[in-house]
Amino acid sequence: MSLLWPNATVWPGASAPSTSAASAGPIGPGSQPVGAGGLCLGPGQHFGAEFRRFSLERTKPGKFEEFYGLLQHVHKIPNVEVLVGYIDIHGDLLPINNDDNYHKAVSTANPLLRIFIQRKEDADYSAFGTDTMTRKKNVLSNVLRPDNHKKKPHIVISMPRDFRPVSSIIDVDILPETHRRVRLYKYGTDKPLGFYIRDGSSVRVTPHGLEKVPGIFISRLVPGGLAQSTGLLAVNDEVLEVNGIEVSGKSLDQVTDMMIANSRNLIITVRPANQRNNVVRNSRTSGSSGQSTDTSLPGYTPHTVQNFHPEEDDSDEDDIIIEDNGEPQQIPKAVPTSESLESLTQIELLHDSTQNGFIPFSEVNLCHSAGNVSMEYEIHDPDKKSLEDGAIITL
Amino acid sequence: MRRFLRHGHDPVRERLKRDLFQFNKTVEHGFPHQPSALGYSPFLHLMAIGTRSGAIKLYGAPGVEFMGLHEENNTVMQIHFIPGQCQLVTLLDDNSLHLWSLKQRSGASELQEEQRFTLRGPPGSPPSATQITVVLPHSSREVLYLGTESGNVFVVELPSFRLLEDRTITSEAVLQRVPEDYRNRRSFELVEALREHPRNPGHILIGYSRGLIVLWDLHNKRVSRHFLGSQQLENLFWQKDGHQIISCHYDGSYAQWPVSNDDRQLEPLESKVPYGPFPCKAISKIYWQTTKNGPPYIIFQGGMPRASYGDRHSISVVHGSQQIAFDFTSRVIDFFVVCNADPAAEFDDPSAMVVLAEEELVVIDLKSAGWPAVHPPYLASLHCSAITCSHHVSNIPLKLWERVISAGSKQNSHYSDMPWPIDGGTNLAPDPPQRDLLLTGHEDGTVRFWDASGVCLRLLYKLSTVRVFLTDADPNDNMNPLGEDEWPPLRKVGSFDPYSDDPRLGIQKIYLCKYSGYLTVAGTAGQILVMELNDEESEHVVDHAEADLLQDQEGYKWKGHERLKARDEPVRFEPGFQPFVLVQCQPPAVVTSLALHSEWKLVAFGTSHGFGLFDHQQKRLVFVKCTLHPSDQLALEGPLSRVKSLKKSLRQSFRRIRRSRVSSRKRRAGGGITGEVQEANSKFDQDALQEMELAPIQRKIEARSAEDSFTGFVRTLYFADTFLRDSSRHCPSLWAGTNGGTVYAFCLRVPPAERRMDEPVRAEQAKEIQLMHRAPVVGILVLDGHGTPLPEPLEVAHDLSKSPDMQGSHQLLVVSEEQFKVFTLPKVSSKLKLKLTALEGCRVRKVTVANFGSCKTEDYSENNLAILTNLGDIQIISLPFLKLQIRYPCIRKEDVSGIASCVFTKYGQGFYLISPSEFERFSLSTKWLVEPRCVVDTQEITGNNYLHNKSGMEKATRKSRKSGRLMEHALLNDERAAAPVGGGDV
Repeated sequence: MSLLWPNATVWPGASAPSTSAASAGPIGPGSQPVGAGGLCLGPGQHFGAEFRRFSLERTKPGKFEEFYGLLQHVHKIPNVEVLVGYIDIHGDLLPINNDDNYHKAVSTANPLLRIFIQRKEDADYSAFGTDTMTRKKNVLSNVLRPDNHKKKPHIVISMPRDFRPVSSIIDVDILPETHRRVRLYKYGTDKPLGFYIRDGSSVRVTPHGLEKVPGIFISRLVPGGLAQSTGLLAVNDEVLEVNGIEVSGKSLDQVTDMMIANSRNLIITVRPANQRNNVVRNSRTSGSSGQSTDTSLPGYTPHTVQNFHPEEDDSDEDDIIIEDNGEPQQIPKAVPTSESLESLTQIELLHDSTQNGFIPFSEVNLCHSAGNVSMEYEIHDPDKKSLEDGAIITL
Repeated sequence: MRRFLRHGHDPVRERLKRDLFQFNKTVEHGFPHQPSALGYSPFLHLMAIGTRSGAIKLYGAPGVEFMGLHEENNTVMQIHFIPGQCQLVTLLDDNSLHLWSLKQRSGASELQEEQRFTLRGPPGSPPSATQITVVLPHSSREVLYLGTESGNVFVVELPSFRLLEDRTITSEAVLQRVPEDYRNRRSFELVEALREHPRNPGHILIGYSRGLIVLWDLHNKRVSRHFLGSQQLENLFWQKDGHQIISCHYDGSYAQWPVSNDDRQLEPLESKVPYGPFPCKAISKIYWQTTKNGPPYIIFQGGMPRASYGDRHSISVVHGSQQIAFDFTSRVIDFFVVCNADPAAEFDDPSAMVVLAEEELVVIDLKSAGWPAVHPPYLASLHCSAITCSHHVSNIPLKLWERVISAGSKQNSHYSDMPWPIDGGTNLAPDPPQRDLLLTGHEDGTVRFWDASGVCLRLLYKLSTVRVFLTDADPNDNMNPLGEDEWPPLRKVGSFDPYSDDPRLGIQKIYLCKYSGYLTVAGTAGQILVMELNDEESEHVVDHAEADLLQDQEGYKWKGHERLKARDEPVRFEPGFQPFVLVQCQPPAVVTSLALHSEWKLVAFGTSHGFGLFDHQQKRLVFVKCTLHPSDQLALEGPLSRVKSLKKSLRQSFRRIRRSRVSSRKRRAGGGITGEVQEANSKFDQDALQEMELAPIQRKIEARSAEDSFTGFVRTLYFADTFLRDSSRHCPSLWAGTNGGTVYAFCLRVPPAERRMDEPVRAEQAKEIQLMHRAPVVGILVLDGHGTPLPEPLEVAHDLSKSPDMQGSHQLLVVSEEQFKVFTLPKVSSKLKLKLTALEGCRVRKVTVANFGSCKTEDYSENNLAILTNLGDIQIISLPFLKLQIRYPCIRKEDVSGIASCVFTKYGQGFYLISPSEFERFSLSTKWLVEPRCVVDTQEITGNNYLHNKSGMEKATRKSRKSGRLMEHALLNDERAAAPVGGGDV
């Protein structure tokens, strides 16, 4: 259950987290409201997830029952039993099930209180993390027996074929707070991608002081287009990467060609023009949960690049063949031969390093595992050989 | 451990790559774009051409070429060789002088800039005071005389460019002894001409624009003779013996002045207006060339009657009663006369006239009767008619080569057989490794065959497809309607004729089979001609067939141009490639792809509507396939905006004529004003640029869809003998790739040779592949069981290629603008891919398979893909594993026409247009490298006493070096060795 606002996959039918509405200010000692974000997963027959954002009075949080009712009301799921969790200052997902931990949650919200709701029958209790000892063991055992991790995924969202993703924010754990990586899923929808880019300039801090450098910016969103409907991209956002490739030094036409070439599975990293809605990561003071992910940070750069190496991204591999005027079929992949071993080993390397460098997502601090959201359903799709985010064997 | 080996870092492979690949731009073929100056050294027998972009190019004997570029990129106004030296001085339009030298390094000569200099007047003086109008390098090689707008002549020392102020010839000093009334009429005069006395280096002739001519005594620093001309002066020339000077004037007259003992000459001996009596244009340059037996040659530029022929670019040659005004199709930049340059010789005895026009070089043989033109071995005008496509064929069999040359020689019978008169320097380059043909298709419906084996791109043969069609232009409509008795006696010379009669005739695709001599060309109006080489003249009817690519799809209306009308009656074809079948596509859209299989006798063609297969043996259409998306109206109706109507084309032609005829005669007229205008223009440009920044360009990001326009456009066609249906039986197949990322494969049944005429060729669609990224398919290739590309048709039959491996499984390589993909055959499953655009943001513009040989290991070679991207980069990608080997920046990405014109050879070389008239040749291979390597010998002239240094030994070395040549040549060499004085010809 790694879905977590705002690092969340947005499913059709779920309201997108409206970035412009995220107005929770810093929590002062006074009567300022607590911003609370709620995410609800697939109630009833419809699978899906949705976000809600509302405010609470910090000084008068009220009782847990009232809050529970409020959540049910906000998400319009009055008769569904749910588990409520929140993210504490260390990024741990902790349950809210009585007045005490509810008050604790409200008082520690900084500035937002992120609430996470699961349907009880689907709930994954192991997602709640307090016992660091257990987790360490799991980490260890996962490293030693990597298969374990693949065979027994702890997190189940739902069956992936029941819904279709349109966009997601990914890699929040490895990106600077000022950046946002957005994945747009074009295939299967009739919606146009619906945005335009332009040349521009941005100011960078360099060893020689501030410098104006050329950059690529989103210039326009087409109403009703995919880009606009996700709410994750906005005019004047600076485009930093396209599917893992930095755009600096590339011309507008080059970036256009790269985006179109990746249009069926476009991952763009932007520096949002509006920096107020960024994920504010919790301050990682030493001690307490000991769950600091700082240890994994040195290794993050190569991961960033490899994560979206387009060669490993196979989502557009569905070329079609019609044999002898028969029915169109997808072109299958050839059985790997020795010559393609090289690229295979690379992916394995990547997989290994992911496990070693990062605590496996199912065990970690949820805030940092959120980047792996989109791969969840891939893993459970038995037809696909996905290993990692966008890292599918490409032969 | 294998897993730790990342590709691209294998040291063995890296070393091998260094032995295989190397990028060089080796030579520029063709005619320099926008030439602006001409220079000639009678001593070195080298010619120099300067351009408006600041390039200078030196040419001598075929293969002897040098190139230099001024850093400033300013227009080269004048070029002067220093007499008796391997040095030259250039004057740019920013009034700077540059000294260039030919220096020897490791056996070959190189052109280097040595010095630069800008003449500066005293502070406060107007810029015109030092604006250089004429340059005279003195035969002493120690000084340059610089005539200026102020009328002063400055003297600078060489090679230091130190101004010798005490030797300045001021206009005051010159005017001292001029009669008062004459002086008053002329307040301001610029120096128009400077000429050294041919017999007495101590005297120079100075001509001023208002007509005054003086002979200046350099030792006594005074005027020794005055010639009080009254007409505005254009130029001067010395008679060889120094007894007479000839002046030419703005009113179209020229005058002879005797150099007598009289201090003052008030009137010329004789004055003539050759094309009078009506007002004439200026004569801007004149040569007076004496001959041993007979009257002199008087050669002058301009002077045409202003009203009737004022727009002609002419040079007249008068020799006794013979007179011809050579009429050039583009503006004359400059000219010189090749003559006996020995200062001691009694007569000039001119042999040839070399004319640099704006668009071509024309050389006239003055020794042969009728003064025929000489076929230049280099500086070919590639753009006689605009180039519309190119096709390169490597390693031509000798037999075909000889037949093409023989066909071409019959077309060149009107040329003089005089050896090329500019023969300085020695070509050291090894003989070309093989015979290569470059075929260029042109807007006027011609195909030109060029010898592209070596440094000199030489026209071998010209093929015209026009005669097959009925066009508005009457082929008998002579460009020169004037009879022999007409006055002025104009004669059209040169081949530059950019005015296309009918744009539909334009050639779009060419394919030549070098083994069979079959050639197919396709054009703008959907016409496909199949030809074969015939050594005899023939008169026959060309069969024609129609290919309706829309088949039964109805209700569409083509709004583009009409198809060409074919002639029904027999047509006479000269020896060479003669068409025997014409296929016309309906609708008559531009043919966008073409393939020929000479063994199966099949030709495939594609347009924006679909593709077809034609059996040229039985002259029967095998099938057509419509690739058009039903909603694609734009492709259906014809890209109206891109189609030039006949009317528009004519209008443009006239506009071009007018533009080229705008006289820019007065090179320095109002220099100040142009400066201001330029400044204003640049300011305007800047403002416009800023405005653009305010409203930046946007790019739409959208996935391609099946409904996009021109998805049916057929980009590539390919014949292959491969396993299309099952892995046990291979068969002929035809592959087609479209703009929308679709690949069609047809299984062909070609009857065996003995029943080839009896049974029809059959075709059946076997596969259709849709690439989901929908990028245009630009290349299709089948790799055999060893991963080697299938050989060309007839290659195996001629023992020039190994038979393809038919045991292992074949693979299909599909190259789209964005990706390279390898699929297995016959069951199509994806095997490998390289996503170029997703990684780098560049798109494939050109792709070819090239064979790269190792420069270290004699028998090692490998096949790779060479690609050119839309960014102008060249990349080499390995086969069959699709690993990027190396990348070189080649063409500026803004140079769209350069990128579009690029053509690769089969052995890792390539050509692209750097201007409408010039091909840049480049090489990616370490093994095949065609570049100029030549030497200009400077050792022969030693010391300062060159004037007397005509030792027999020196002559002997010269003779022995070139002893293999013709007697005539030896004679010329003798003259040259003894001819160090008398340079500064221009």
